[in-house]
Amino acid sequence: MQLKSQKLKYIFNSVVLLFIIVYPFLMNMSGYWMTLLVMMTIYGITAVALNIMIGYGGQISIGHAGFLMIGSYSVAIIADRFELPFVITLLLAGIITAFVGLIISFSAVRLKGHFLAVVTLGFGISVPVIALNWTSLTNGYSGMLVTRPAILSELSLYYFIVGCTVLFLWFMYNILHSSFGRAFISIRESEIAAQSSGINTTFYKTLMFVISSFFTGMAGGLYAYWIGFVGPTDFPVTISFLLLAMIVVGGMHSFYGPIFGAVLFSIIPHFTDEFMGITNIVIGLILVIIILFRPEGLVTIVDWFKMNKTMEKADTISKERGS
Amino acid sequence: MEALLQITFGGLIFGSIYALAAIGIVMIYKTTDVVNFAHGEMAMITTFISFTFLQMVGLSFFVSFLLALIFAAIFGMTVYQAIIKRVQNAPPLNQIVVTLGLFLAFNGIAGLIWGYTPHGYPSALRGDSFQVGSVFMSPHQLFILGITLALMILFFILFKYTKIGLAMRATQQDMQTSSLMGIKVSQVFNLTWAAGAILGGVAGILTAPITYLEPSMMIDILIMGFAAAVFGGFVNLPGAVIGGLIVGVYSNWVSYYIGSELSVAFVFLLIVLVLYVKPTGLFGAKYVKKV
Repeated sequence: MQLKSQKLKYIFNSVVLLFIIVYPFLMNMSGYWMTLLVMMTIYGITAVALNIMIGYGGQISIGHAGFLMIGSYSVAIIADRFELPFVITLLLAGIITAFVGLIISFSAVRLKGHFLAVVTLGFGISVPVIALNWTSLTNGYSGMLVTRPAILSELSLYYFIVGCTVLFLWFMYNILHSSFGRAFISIRESEIAAQSSGINTTFYKTLMFVISSFFTGMAGGLYAYWIGFVGPTDFPVTISFLLLAMIVVGGMHSFYGPIFGAVLFSIIPHFTDEFMGITNIVIGLILVIIILFRPEGLVTIVDWFKMNKTMEKADTISKERGS
Repeated sequence: MEALLQITFGGLIFGSIYALAAIGIVMIYKTTDVVNFAHGEMAMITTFISFTFLQMVGLSFFVSFLLALIFAAIFGMTVYQAIIKRVQNAPPLNQIVVTLGLFLAFNGIAGLIWGYTPHGYPSALRGDSFQVGSVFMSPHQLFILGITLALMILFFILFKYTKIGLAMRATQQDMQTSSLMGIKVSQVFNLTWAAGAILGGVAGILTAPITYLEPSMMIDILIMGFAAAVFGGFVNLPGAVIGGLIVGVYSNWVSYYIGSELSVAFVFLLIVLVLYVKPTGLFGAKYVKKV
C-alpha cells in the first residue's frame, strides 16, 4: 500500500513536470501563457516558503509580498549597478531578503498572534511605500528595467525558472522533513512544551523567518528576470492576502497544499480579470466558504478520497472474515 | 513653532478618527475574540450608504448620517451572525483569513456598485476656517473632535452605568460564567458587533470629506487603527484612544517634516520599536499562558 502510493506520487510528479516542459510548445510560445505559468511557479515557491512559517511554525505573516518586492528590487538594482553572473545576482537577492527577514524577526520573535499579524502587515505596506520614495535607489514611480541575462533566450529562461522552482521546492521539502521541520512543528503545537524539551524557540523562530524570506526573495528575483521590469505597484498588500489565501485554501498542514492554492489563485484572475471588483469578490468569497466548510483546505479532498478507499478495503476485509 | 502647533492640532484630528476605528476593533476583539480585518471595509460600505442617501435620495446630512448608522448596526450584526459566529472558536489564523476574505469581498462589492472613481463627500459643517491663537481650525475639524468626544463619553457611560455595559464587561471577563449568571451572551455579541460597526461607520463618514469617497479609502485608516490598538495593548479601550492620538500626531509630524507618503512606514517603525520593548503594547497586560 505504502509502495503503491509512493509510486502514484512519483508518476503524478513526472506527468506534471513533463507537462510543464512541453507547455511552451503547446501554447505556441505565447508570452501570455508562459507568464501565467511562471507566475504560478513564483507564487508556488512563495506560498511554500510562507507555509514554513504559518503551517509548520505557527507564526502568522500578512506581509510576505514585501519580501517578494525586496527580492525583485534587489535583482534589478544589482543587475543595474554591477556586472555579476545572473545566478550570483539571484543568490544575492535571496541573501539580502533573508537579511531583512532577520532584522524583522528580532522584533517578531517576541510577538504572538495579532501583534505579529499587525507588525507583518505594517511591513508589507511599508515596503512599496519605501520603494516609491527612495528615488535615488529605486527610481520611484517609473520603476526599473531588468535586462534578461544575455546568455539566456526567453525559452531557456523559462526552463531555468522551472528548474529553480523544482530545486527550491526540493530544498524546502528536505528542510521541513529534517529536525528543523520537527522543531518548527513542535513550536506550533506548544511553545512551552518545545522549550521544555530543549528546543531553542527564539533561534528556530528566527530561522523560520530567515529561510522563508530567503526563498521568497529568490522567487521575487525570478519574477524580476522574467517580467523584465520592477515597479512599486507590483506587490501591493493585497498580494500578501492572496498568498495567505493560497496557503489556507490549499491546505496549510501539507507540503503540497500551498502549491495547489498557488495554481488555483493564479488561474482565477485570468478568468475574472475583465473587472477588478469581480476578482476580489470571487477570491474573498472562496476564502470565506473554504474556511467555513473545509477549514483544513482543499488538499483534504485527496485525503478524504484516500480514507474512503481504505474504509472500503477494511469493509470488504471484515465482510470476507465474517462470511 | 507655529507650524508645529498647527501640525499637532491636525494630528489630533486624524488621531481621533484613528481612535474611533481602534475602539471598534478593540471592542470586537475583547468581547468576541476575533480580530476584524474587514473593519475598515465595513466602514467604507457604511459611508457609501450614507452617500447614497445624501446624494441619490437627497436627504439632509444628519438624517442620512443616522440612517447609515442604523444600516451599520444591522450590517455588523448580520456579518457576525452569518459568518463570524462560525469561526469564533477556530484558530486565530482561520479567523484572520475569514476577515481578510470579507475585506476583499466587500472591497469588490463596493467597487462593483459605486465604481472606483473617487467621489467628493460634503462635510456636515461648511464655512471658512478661523484662527484660535496661532492655529487655524476648520468647522469640519471641530465637528470631528466634537463627535469623537461625544461618542467616547457616551460609550464610557454605557460601559460604566448601564446594564448592557455591565453585561458586556462580564462577558469580556468570563463568557461561561456570565452565561450561567443569566446574561444572554449571544445578544451581547450581537450588540458588540453592531456598536463596532457604528464606530467604524462614524470614522468613515468623518474621513470621507478629508480624503475622497472610494473603495480603498479606509485601508490607511484601518492600518492606523490597528497601530493604535496595538499601542493600547489590544484589550484596553482608553489605551486605544491614547494610542490613536499618539499615532495621529506622530504620523502628521512625519508627513510634514519628512514626507507625506512615508508616514505609514514610520508608524510601522515606531510600532516595531514599541513592541520590541513591550511585546504586549504600551498599556497591555502581561501575557502569561497557562500550561
